[in-house]
Amino acid sequence: MPKVLEIAGPLVLAEGLSGVGYDELVEVELRSGEIRSGKVLEVLDDKALIQVFEGTEGLDVATLKFRFRGRGLELPVSRDLIGRIFSGLGRPLDGAPPVIPSAKLDVNGDPINPYARDYPDDFIQTGISTIDGLNTLSRGQKLPIFSGAGLPHAHLAAQIARQARVLKKEEKFAVVFAALGITFEEAEFFIDNFKGTGAIENAVLFINLASDPAIERIATPRLALTAAEYLAFTLDMHVLVIMTDLTNYCESLREVSAARREVPGRRGYPGYLYTDLATLYERAGRIKDKPGSITMIPILTMPDDDKTHPIPDLTGYITEGQIILGRELERAGIYPPVDPLPSLSRLRDKAIGPGKTREDHAGVANQLFAAYARGREVRELVVILGEAALSELDRKYLNFAQAFEDRFIRQGERENRSITETLKIAWDLLKLLPREELKRIKSEIIDKYADQG
Amino acid sequence: MIKKVAGPLVVAEIPGARKGDLVKVGERHLIGEVIELKGNLASVQVYEETAGLKVGDPVVSTGAPLSVELGPGLIGALFDGIERPLKTLFEKSGAFIARGVEVHPLPRDKKWEFAPRVKTGDKVEPGDILGEVQETALVSHKIMCPPGVQGRVEKIKAGSFTIEEEVALVGKTPVTMLQKWPVRKRRILCEKSPVKYPLVTGQRVIDTFFPLGKGGAACVPGPFGAGKTVIQHQLAKWADADIIIFVGCGERGNEMTDVLLEFPHLKDPKTGRPLLERTVLIANTSNMPIAAREASVYTGSAIAEYFRDMGYHVALMADSTSRWAEALREMSGRLEEMPGEEGYPAYLGSRLADFYERAGFGQCLGNPKREGSLTIIGSVSPPGGDLSEPVVQNTLRITKVFWGLDDTLAHKRHFPAINWLLSYSLYVDNLKTFFAAEVAEDFLALREQALKLLSREAELEEIVRLVGIESLSPREQLILKTAKSLREDFLYQNAYDEVDQYTTLKNQHQMLKDILSRHDQAEKEIAEHA
Repeated sequence: MPKVLEIAGPLVLAEGLSGVGYDELVEVELRSGEIRSGKVLEVLDDKALIQVFEGTEGLDVATLKFRFRGRGLELPVSRDLIGRIFSGLGRPLDGAPPVIPSAKLDVNGDPINPYARDYPDDFIQTGISTIDGLNTLSRGQKLPIFSGAGLPHAHLAAQIARQARVLKKEEKFAVVFAALGITFEEAEFFIDNFKGTGAIENAVLFINLASDPAIERIATPRLALTAAEYLAFTLDMHVLVIMTDLTNYCESLREVSAARREVPGRRGYPGYLYTDLATLYERAGRIKDKPGSITMIPILTMPDDDKTHPIPDLTGYITEGQIILGRELERAGIYPPVDPLPSLSRLRDKAIGPGKTREDHAGVANQLFAAYARGREVRELVVILGEAALSELDRKYLNFAQAFEDRFIRQGERENRSITETLKIAWDLLKLLPREELKRIKSEIIDKYADQG
Repeated sequence: MIKKVAGPLVVAEIPGARKGDLVKVGERHLIGEVIELKGNLASVQVYEETAGLKVGDPVVSTGAPLSVELGPGLIGALFDGIERPLKTLFEKSGAFIARGVEVHPLPRDKKWEFAPRVKTGDKVEPGDILGEVQETALVSHKIMCPPGVQGRVEKIKAGSFTIEEEVALVGKTPVTMLQKWPVRKRRILCEKSPVKYPLVTGQRVIDTFFPLGKGGAACVPGPFGAGKTVIQHQLAKWADADIIIFVGCGERGNEMTDVLLEFPHLKDPKTGRPLLERTVLIANTSNMPIAAREASVYTGSAIAEYFRDMGYHVALMADSTSRWAEALREMSGRLEEMPGEEGYPAYLGSRLADFYERAGFGQCLGNPKREGSLTIIGSVSPPGGDLSEPVVQNTLRITKVFWGLDDTLAHKRHFPAINWLLSYSLYVDNLKTFFAAEVAEDFLALREQALKLLSREAELEEIVRLVGIESLSPREQLILKTAKSLREDFLYQNAYDEVDQYTTLKNQHQMLKDILSRHDQAEKEIAEHA
């Protein structure tokens, strides 16, 4: 007869069990008849440690019943997933009946064989200059947005979801959205946005709000990514996955880790945070001989805008770059406040150039980075020495930095710039500098493009 | 019989198990290795996902340690951390890695053309070259007399054989082209000697300023986005080693794909053959089982040492050793060991030292007499870019070359973002003779002058920041100008530009000489006008 030994935090320790598998799904029945789901974190002899997704509130030691399902947590999938809204554990929230599954997939998935991957080198035009021009997004890439409290990351992500397209032919497109412990308002913002543009008909939403059980959040991104894998690699769709906010997800992991009394890594987060995040992010990609793809934009808020905090730090080591929002730009009233200098897209150089965007793209981007970095240095100098102390050249760079922020970074929330427009603005800006300063662009390219833009 | 399952760690009763034994876990025969024995209980780290394992499931020991297969078929292949060929896995189980699939690391059915190098009646000992297989246009695979085998050659064949067929009979021992070697055991050199040749990489900041010797070890730490992986890839592409072993350890899947797709098209600068013909790839990406990540650097080292023993210059890139250290930390945590610094096990330092000490240059075992080397380049991903963390610090204690990556340089898109004020190489003295003879007499003198100018620049910039550029003398302004040219024309190198991505040592010398002679000329003019 199973007996509960301990209920602490999100965990239940029970004994007197047999045949329990590691990582197995378990249904926990309360005295009231309510059923919650959990998973097995550890088995030892006849004991099992169970993490309850909906929390352990209201559980008691005497009457708890367990049903071990002999399998992991699964998501029923079929074509009808599209257009649906689910809870963080995959239960319908839109009033419609559950999906009649054509398959049930384990939410942990299996790692993609590196040999089977196809390299993400299809340029995605997001219509946003700082991304397309400088930190290009590719199909199959994972490119997170590092934000801070109060910065407009939701608006930027929604704008990307609205505008993103590939310059080649039209193909089947879907959005998978996972809300991880965000507020009702923020979730509504995304849902309204999807509804407003009709994107909701091609979207699957998994919603775990701040008021929902925190441990459920550990399952939510896995459900969303399982849905994305099904859409991409079984139904051949191009899937954009937006997950927000990963910081909440990591907090939940920490909560479980602390309850298990594990040796903590940095700032109390578990030592396996990197590996755990990798099992989410690495599910993005393309697979050889399959037309579909998963492009991922996870959003996380950096505590205290600190890029070296473990969550953004470990994320940056896994993802293929990062888009960082800057508070100074936001204060200067610039939308989108993407700070180009620390932002990066690792896949940029393979996704741009002749045949993809334009031959001058790489050189122009490198020159803009270098010139803007110099301009910002000069701006700091002005704070100390005053503008009078600047050389002629320094003044030009100062000017450039200002114009760059005003015309290149700044754009409207509904403004969808083509890559040609973005490059034209770039050339207009580079004319503010003497030609001999343009060392990152080949001279024949300058001859060809400087005037026509 | 399993008693406990916690993540990749399984505790079980395994009759007759020894530490280091390879075991098969559960009904699906997952691969595991015994890492600790307590009473009749063995702790096993499992190299595949453990979900679904139950208490009471069987665990069987194979009685042999975890080993790598060595022989023709290694070159150009992509393996996971325990040498399972990912291409074969893909063909067998599809795009996602399934569990419990048993495959041989090296192809069994392929025939190789074996050319004997000894005659019947010759006396041979371990390490002697019995014959050769032209594995690719770039690599002649030497079949060596296996460890522990010696005596008279009774039989030696020539012709086409699979790796399991007998090609020679030494004493009473039949020899095939396939050898097995315990992953964690080092292969020894007959005699280790100091480094004397540089590993020429075509990267100006490395070759000229912070050179690495063949047989040396280097450490590349840097925060994310500073370009560690690009540097590792550049070295894998352009380093003048005979064999490249690239270990992608807990990193991104797409990076391995990049290498796989790019290397068949990149040509070796010397021979014009595809670079994949001299490369072995090992990929245990961040989402693959963590225990196999721990094993991957050992698998890589064993293969690297095997090629070194043939008399080749081998370079091993490990990207990233931090992920390997994290795998150690996770297993250590599961074993409930007492943690050292930042939760890493107390033996982190000795494990790292043990790994980097496998680098070396010297005389290989056996006849004919030949020199081989193994160069190790490990990247480190310190949390938050903080170089005081344990993995960086323990690595710096062992390696003699330090290429410090700097994210402020990366933000300015100055690549390679190797900080010239921070980095060092302790091999410059070893390489003095080589540089003087093969490049130019004044090469090291120019290097020194350039480094001096760059460090003067850093001091002068402090002054400029405080009081403005007018306060500098004409000579000082000249230093700033030359240093700028050194940075922008010499140190900045575009990895994506076909011409710029590789510069020969002679051209590096010429570039440096041009910049510095302009400087000397201008300095003379200033002196005359003063």
